[in-house]
Amino acid sequence: MRTYEVAFIAAPTLAPEELDAFIAQMQTVVESKSGKVVKVDNWGKKSLAYKIKKFRDGHYVIFTIEADGAIIAELERRFRVADHVIRYLSLRIDEDLKRSEKMTAARQRKTVAKPRPEFAPFSEPEAEPPAAPTA
Amino acid sequence: MPAPKRFSVKRKRVCKFCAEKISYIDFKDGKLLSHFIPERGKILPRRISGVCSVHQRQLSEAIKRARHMAILPFVAD
Repeated sequence: MRTYEVAFIAAPTLAPEELDAFIAQMQTVVESKSGKVVKVDNWGKKSLAYKIKKFRDGHYVIFTIEADGAIIAELERRFRVADHVIRYLSLRIDEDLKRSEKMTAARQRKTVAKPRPEFAPFSEPEAEPPAAPTA
Repeated sequence: MPAPKRFSVKRKRVCKFCAEKISYIDFKDGKLLSHFIPERGKILPRRISGVCSVHQRQLSEAIKRARHMAILPFVAD
């Protein structure tokens, strides 16, 4: 099992109900092959940075999925077949997340093991009284 | 006659991602990535942004992913 992030952009002409139906359909595809959809992130309609298939905006949806490569291949096949999907991107993120956690842990260890040397106490000079505001 | 003053622009020399302890640069965060995209839409070189080499590699990958998903432009004019 690996963690993937699968994002796609649906055409703006797609009705919200149809989009919901498509998302549900994709979830059943994943679950029917013993995968797990951890998170569905629907950004809603966003404007695109450039035109894709003459569309200026699109519905962004991002899945976080725990599954095997075959399931991702199946999802991508469906994205290619579906006319209303104008762009998709799937990434394997488990290794990146692991590395990121490792870096955070290492950073914490560093701060715990080597605390910053404290300043030698010295008599603090008398604080100057704030200058009286000129009337 | 005094020597001509060298024109210098103070630039940030600390890697933004190291300073903010970001260990994974997400392509979905267009707002963060847009700091490293000058007007033309190119990737800002690290000699200017001061990003460390590890993070610059991650950053360029993230920007390319964001471009594919139309979060950032390939060319802006």
